[in-house]
Formats: sequence, structure tokens, C-alpha cells
Amino acid sequence: MNLNTSTLTAHELIEKLDGREITLEEVLSGLRERINKIDPQVKAYVRRNEPQAAVNPAAAGPLKGIPVTVKDNICTEGLNTECCSHILEGFRPPYDATVIRKLKSAGATILGLKANMDEFAFGSSTENSYFGPTHNPWRLDCVPGGSSGGSAAAVAADEAVFALGSDTGGSIRQPAAFCGVVGMKPTYGRVSRYGLIAFASSLDQIGPITKDVEDCSLLLGVISGHDPLDSTSVDAPVPDYGKSLDRDIKGLKIAIPKEYFVEGMEAQVKEALEEAVSELKKLGATVKEISLPHTKYAVPVYYIVATAEASSNLARFDGVQYGLRIKSENLIEMYKKTRGEGFGQEAKRRVILGTFALSHGYYEAYYLNALKVRTLIKRDFDGAFKEFDCIVTPTSPSAAFKIGEKVEDPLKMYLSDIYTISANLAGIPAISVPCGFTGDNLPVGLQILARPFDEGTLLKAAFAYEQATVWHKMKPKV
Amino acid sequence: MDYQAVIGLEVHAHLKTRTKAFCGCPTEFGAPANSQVCPVCLGFPGSLPVLNKAALDFAVKVALALNCTVQEFTKLDRKNYFYPDLPKNYQISQYDLPLSRNGFLDIFTGKTRKRIGITRVHLEEDAGKLIHQESVSLVDFNRSGIPLLEIVSEPDINSPQEAYAYLTALKSILEYLEVSDCDMEKGSLRCDANISVRKAGEKTLGTKAELKNMNSFKAVRDALDYEILRQSEEVASGNAVVQETRLWDAGKQKTLPMRAKEEAKDYRYFPEPDLPPFIIRAEAIEEVRKGIPEMPREKISRFMSDFGISEYDATILTSRKEDALFAEECIKEYPEKDKKTVTNWLIGPLLSEANNRNCALPGLRITAKRLLGLISLVERQEISGLSAKTVLTEMIDSGREAGEIIKEKGLSQVSDSASLESVADEVIRENVKSVADFKQGKESALMFLVGQAMKKSRGKANPKVIQEVLKRRLADA
Amino acid sequence: MPITKDTVEYVAHLARIDLQAKELEKLSRQLEEIVIFIDRFKELDLKGVSAASHILPIHNVLREDAPRPGLCAEKALQCAPQKEGNFFAVPKVIE
Repeated sequence: MNLNTSTLTAHELIEKLDGREITLEEVLSGLRERINKIDPQVKAYVRRNEPQAAVNPAAAGPLKGIPVTVKDNICTEGLNTECCSHILEGFRPPYDATVIRKLKSAGATILGLKANMDEFAFGSSTENSYFGPTHNPWRLDCVPGGSSGGSAAAVAADEAVFALGSDTGGSIRQPAAFCGVVGMKPTYGRVSRYGLIAFASSLDQIGPITKDVEDCSLLLGVISGHDPLDSTSVDAPVPDYGKSLDRDIKGLKIAIPKEYFVEGMEAQVKEALEEAVSELKKLGATVKEISLPHTKYAVPVYYIVATAEASSNLARFDGVQYGLRIKSENLIEMYKKTRGEGFGQEAKRRVILGTFALSHGYYEAYYLNALKVRTLIKRDFDGAFKEFDCIVTPTSPSAAFKIGEKVEDPLKMYLSDIYTISANLAGIPAISVPCGFTGDNLPVGLQILARPFDEGTLLKAAFAYEQATVWHKMKPKV
Repeated sequence: MDYQAVIGLEVHAHLKTRTKAFCGCPTEFGAPANSQVCPVCLGFPGSLPVLNKAALDFAVKVALALNCTVQEFTKLDRKNYFYPDLPKNYQISQYDLPLSRNGFLDIFTGKTRKRIGITRVHLEEDAGKLIHQESVSLVDFNRSGIPLLEIVSEPDINSPQEAYAYLTALKSILEYLEVSDCDMEKGSLRCDANISVRKAGEKTLGTKAELKNMNSFKAVRDALDYEILRQSEEVASGNAVVQETRLWDAGKQKTLPMRAKEEAKDYRYFPEPDLPPFIIRAEAIEEVRKGIPEMPREKISRFMSDFGISEYDATILTSRKEDALFAEECIKEYPEKDKKTVTNWLIGPLLSEANNRNCALPGLRITAKRLLGLISLVERQEISGLSAKTVLTEMIDSGREAGEIIKEKGLSQVSDSASLESVADEVIRENVKSVADFKQGKESALMFLVGQAMKKSRGKANPKVIQEVLKRRLADA
Repeated sequence: MPITKDTVEYVAHLARIDLQAKELEKLSRQLEEIVIFIDRFKELDLKGVSAASHILPIHNVLREDAPRPGLCAEKALQCAPQKEGNFFAVPKVIE
């Protein structure tokens, strides 16, 4: 059989493996070839010289041994997990994250290569990786988005079947939009965070990055569910997400927040969104404009809450138990040098900002007030979801930007998360699906948000839209 | 000039749960280094805490026993600071909404009773252990994550004796509740002190020093004694007391300032995002309250009213729960109305035997029945009190009955005056001076002669009878 | 209140991060700009608004006091930059 398996989705591969049209060995070697051929340009993976597939003995589960690509901040036993940071150099966790355990028992093969990312997930472009940037497969001089840029680029370039990313302020959805793939941030508490190296504990979620919505539902189903090892994982039943894929969205009540159309949205993004909205209407949904009045405070609140938590979460990287240590006779010197050299610019910026927000004399004005504004932002959504089933927005105000374009202007970079951050602050689920292209042939993403634990509605709406359009079938020419 | 000390104590007690506060690692003391660890208590990247239910239950119990108000809404916070024994470089602790506040503990210093306020009782995790060597420090994380209660007193303590009584009473409560081993040597109980002095009668507080590194109750007392003297001298000579942390050096019997540079404390507390908050409803609190056994203070009152014993005696007998249980059995079974005799036996010979053997009263493995049997032999004057103590030691050592031992050693008391006359005569012969003293009206000389006679009879003589015989023979002499 | 260079220096020390002089300069400038941007939420009246320290409406998540297998010392120490026997080693701590 001479089928190019690397272009197939997971559900297609399962079907073909079930029908014995292909073998798992063909899938694995096809992927290996594709990575060897493409990755020197895309650079979606780190440590490319290492063995590529960690063979899974339980390959018999529903995932049939299909390989999954894992972001470098999700712990994989015995495989380097370094958050693309110098400070975690050589760290091999002695345990698997809960999502990895679940994937293994569902029969997935964990790919030995880890996906590139912004160091500690600090960024929106994957340029902050210690290993260098990943390139957008649609245009190699553009960023793939971030921080899960490696995962999204790998999926888009057929260097991965499907992938796990993590999303603290848009780190799954924004790169999915930039790379023209599907990415979902589940409800906070839906997927266990045990084994995800924390950036901001109250915002982080692991989620799928896939070639289509069906794969998204498949992967979400495997990784979701209560985990007794994560106190913030919610003990709620996990529905059969496959049942949401029925294309029927007649009567679905969709809201469009007017505040999302003011600040800096690119015209082509706006056009794509408008077309998507009319498509959703055609499919039977009702669409109405609403107001989420505290939207403009989301980015400021996020950069206090997320950095404050990060400053504490990253304190453990000190050269004592693992990772980099810069030798010194004196303990404080060792701490300072190790962290001074081990952290990149953005990590230092955020740790210092977060430390500032919690420090004596600033705590009330910054951290505490940010938590209060967070309450207001959540209330905005609670109000909207009393009346509407979902909210639709662009995933990002622009398509992928040039590598190097925003590195020297952190604030500008932060604003590229403006549409995705609110979902993390409110803890609600959100998905990005491809909804068109700019004139530069760069993908644009449509973001859909829903009530907490209503990933089913997200998948339903996203699937109906995807099946009515052609965007998910487009492939970059790398 | 008189100085008054103002002391507040901060006690940290390990809770003896089976597993650690936030992970399933064992809490046993003395295991090889880094053998009772997991990703959670090592603070490995990606690991997350889940609170041990037993730790919370124990903490609520202690809070109630210390008369604190348990807060309905409580949460855990992160206390951020860098130290190599702290694997995450933050400690999970409690800040603005502690588990409980506003309690008190009554102490008895031998003369007076005093109420010491408890500011707060909260739950936190312990750090690992550092062992300092020539050029490096070694870290063992076995202790990291063991649940710890922080019990903070108001500055209501005014003397080292009161501090000692406070610690004894607190330890007693924790042991009664069976929630902590309270072993300062193993580090399962630790105590820091804040102390300042002021001139007697003054209202404003002096500058305080924080004392650390005290490894026993006695060390706390000694360190406070030293510090009161030091601070008083400073003030008397017109010097300012420096606000600082000082370490107790047991070898030098001195407190010394820390060598490390002290920094302004900026712990950047914030709510632990990995742990949702806790709501402790009134019903749940009542449930825990029901499970609290009789506390030392209640026992003291009951011993006093039921058995008519003094507060001093009751305090000693109830300090350890096991002692109290044994004492109560003995006192109850003791047939006489006046319990003084049995109480004296317990506080005197029994507790001293127990202390010598480093155990509690039940550890002596002598039953209440056997002890009372021995006491009744003394009361029936079948053996002397002195012999009885020898018999007691032998009973404890061998586990044999009193009668057997008395028989074997020939310790039966001699009350037959005829057979004691020769002893009396010998004593009179050998102690000419005392005899003369007695005849000149010195009563104490008689007691000396009785003592000599007791010695001669190897304790077997009945002291009352020998006294009478001596008096008679002295009159004749 | 814009963040000053002194504050950045103090905070970097709290966070145990060594900054080169140039780095400190640049970071202070960037952080000042970011903090001014963040300050926009000061225009809100937050009286009576509760702080969302936890976004989930769950509480009392507890585990039973039952042991779980952990790591042996060898695994615990496998990535240690410096160890002695079964101990992690660090430059001497002065108390």
C-alpha cells in the first residue's frame, strides 16, 4: 500500500487500521519520514535527534497505537520535559502526567520528540523557546503563534497526527488559528493538570490540537475526567463527545460581543468572521450582538494574575534538585546566577512582574484588585450564558505575524491574546476552528465559547460549521 | 529596677497522620534520607497537592480543644521564600483566613492559675531537613510535607516558668487528642519565642527578639531566662534592644544573633490556586467536638472534686494521659476516703520509677491491684514504708508479687517491742551525744535516734513502735 | 504608580534573579510601560466585589489518609546537579 498516511486524521487512521488497510508500522514510519523531511524547516519539535517514538505496549486500546505529539511542558516519564527552558535542561520526570497515563491506556503511542513552545508557555509566538522559534508551515517567515506553536505547526504540517497543547491565555487556540487547525481549551477542571508544568495554576488547561473537529472530540474524550491527584479537577461525568457531531445547530443561540470589534482587529479577520457568522445563520443558528463590558480589562487582569502565580510556580527552578545549576560558593549567588542564566528574557519579565504584583505594598492595588476584576469578567459571561448557548469571536485580532516583529515590544505581543484570555479568566471552554484565509494565504480562526463543562455544544457548533466549509481541508505547501 | 518579661510562643507540632499533608508518602521518623518522597513532596514540576482529610480533622480537633473559633470558610495560601529545604520555594500555609482563632489555654504554675490567649491555630506543611557539613549542606526531604500545626499564643506569658507550664499544658492536650507525638528531640514539636522586657508598671512594649533553636522545654526556659537577663541589662545600661532573631546555643547556654544577614520579610502570600477552599459547617464542627475525649483541664477539675486532691497533685497526675488513666484507676480502687496516701505513692515513688525508666505509669507494668496491695501492707504495718519502696522497685523489675518478694527478702516489719529493745539499747549505747541532747530537751535528737534504729533493722522496724521503745529505754537510761 | 528601577532591582532580588545592568535598564523600561497599561483597571469601582481567588465553585477536596507508592531515593535524585549519598547537596547554608 502506498498511501500517504501522514495527511490522515486520527479517526481516519483508526478506520483504516480497523479495516486492515494500513498497519501501525506504516503510520509510525510515515510520520517519521514526514518529520525528517519537513521539520528542519518548520522546527516544530525539539531534540530532533532523539528516538522518535516511545513504543506503547498497550497499543491495543481504542487509539490503536496512533502517535500523539506532546508539548514540552507535559511530563512524560523518562523523556526530557524541559518547557523549552535552559533552566530545566536534562529534566526527565520520574512520572507521567495524568493525560499521558490516560492516553497510554487508551492505546496511544507517545511520541518521543516533544513539541516546541515558548519557554514555560510564556508567549504568543513560540519565539521564546530556548531551542529557537518554530516556523509557520503556511509561511515560514511567520510565527506559528504560541505558546503551543510546536504542537499546532506539527499538526498543520502533517508532522503530527494530533497533539496536546496547554492553554493559559490562548496558547492552544491562537496557534491553532495561526496554523489553520482545530484547538480547544476545555473548561477549567475538565482535564487534569497533574503533570502539566504549571505556568498559572488557576488558568492552565491541557487541550487537543487536531486536524479536524472529530479528532478534537476523540482526544478530548480520552483526556477528560476527574483525577484524584488534581484538587481542581472536577468530578463531573464526561459525555460521549462523539454524539455532539450531528451537524444540527438549528435554534442554537449565538452571541457576538461588540467589545471585540473595537481594538485593533485586522480588516481581513473581520471579514472572515462576518462570513462565518452568516454561515452559522444559514445553518439555523440565531445570532445577536451582546455586551461584555469588562472585556478591555481582561489583558491587564491576566498579566497580573498569570504572572503572580507564575512567579511562585517557577520559584522551584533553583538548581537544587534538577536542571541547570550555575556553580557558586554561596547559596544566594547560586540561586541568582542559575535563575539569571536559566530563564530567558520573557520568563524574567513575567517572574519579576508577578513578584512585584504580590510584593509588600503592591498586593492590594495589583493582585487583589485583579482578582476582583476577574469576578466582574466572569459575571459578564454568566450573564450572557443565561440567554445564549455560545459566544462567537475571532480567535486573534490578526493572522500570523512575522518572526521578530513583536519580540521587542512585549505589550504589543500581550495584546495578541486579547480575544482568548477572557475564557481562561472565566474558566469556560473555548475552541478555535479555521474560518478562512487572509490575502497572504494565512489562516484565520473562529473562536466559539460556551458555558462551563459544555464542551459538547462547542463541538456541535464547530463541527456543523467545519462540515459546511472547506477550510479544514486546506494544507500548507511545505 | 524590676523588669517584666512579655513572651509569646509559636509552637509547631507534627500531626501524626499516616501519610503526609498533600501526598501519600509515609511520615515515619528515622527512615534513610530521601526514601519517603514522591513528586509532590519533592515539589517536582507538574505535581499537585491534595489535602489529607485526617490532617484537617486533627487540626479542627486541636483548635476546639484550645477553645478556638473554627472559621467556617478557610483556605490555604502560599508563603514564598527561597530556602533549600523548601522544595517548591513556597510553603503551603495559611495567611488571612486561618482555620481558627481566639482561643485560650489555662496553665497552672504550682501556685496560681493563668489564662493564656491563643491567637490562631493553622495548618501548614513542614520543610525538609538540612544537615550542615564543612562546605556543603545536605538536604533530606523525608520530612517535607508532613502536616504541621502552627499554634501562636498571645504575648500573655510573663516568665520562663509560665512558658514552661504553657508548653507542658499544650503538649498534654496534643497527647490527649492523640494527634501528635510532641517529641522535641525528633523535631515533631518545635517552639520559637518572641520576648521583650519592660520596666515594671510600664504599658508600652519593649523591642522584641525572636528566639529559635531550642530543642527541649528546658531549653526554652533557659533561653528565656538568659534573654530576660540580657535584655534587662541592655535596658538598664541605657542601650537599645535590637529587633533580631537569636539562636539558643545550648553548649554556651547563651542566645546569639543569627550569622546570616536578615532580610526584610516579604513573603508574598497569596491564595494557593491548586487547592480549592474549605467550608467547615457547624454540624461538622460539632461532629468533631463529640469525638474529643476529656481534656487535661477537665480531668484536673474532676480529680479535685471527685477525689479531693489538690490542684498541684491533679496537674502532675494528669499531665500525661496514660498516667492519668492509671492514676484514676488506683485512686478509685483505693478504699479510704482520704486519697492522700495513694496520691503520694503515685506522685512520689511511682512517677520517679517511671521517669527513671523513661516511660509512663502503665509502662511500669504494675497493676493497680498490686500497687494497692503493697500500699495496704504498709498501712497494716506489715512492712515499713522504706522497705515498701524496695519492694516496689523489685516488683517492677521482676514482675513478681509483693508478698513473694517480702518473704524472700525477709522484709516483714518488726512491730514486736521485745525484739526491738536490743536494737534500741544498741543505738543508745552508740550515740551518747544524741542521747544527751535528747535529755536536755532537744526533740530532734529522738528522730535521729529513730533513724539510726531503722537503719540498724534494715528498714524492717516499725517506726512508731521503735520510737516508743526508744523513749521508754531513754527514760530508763 | 509606575514601577521604578529601584523597585525592579528589589523585586529581582526577591525572585532571586541576577540581572545585568543593561538588562535591568531595559526591563525597568518595559515593565513601566506594562504597569501603566495594567493600571487601567484602577478606573473601576471595586467596592464590594469579591476576589475570585478560585474560579471553580468547588470546596473541601480531600483525600483519605492512605499511603501511595512514592519514589525511591535513586529516582528522586536522578536529575540532581549535586548529591552526596542519598542527599541533595547545596553550597553551605549559613544560619
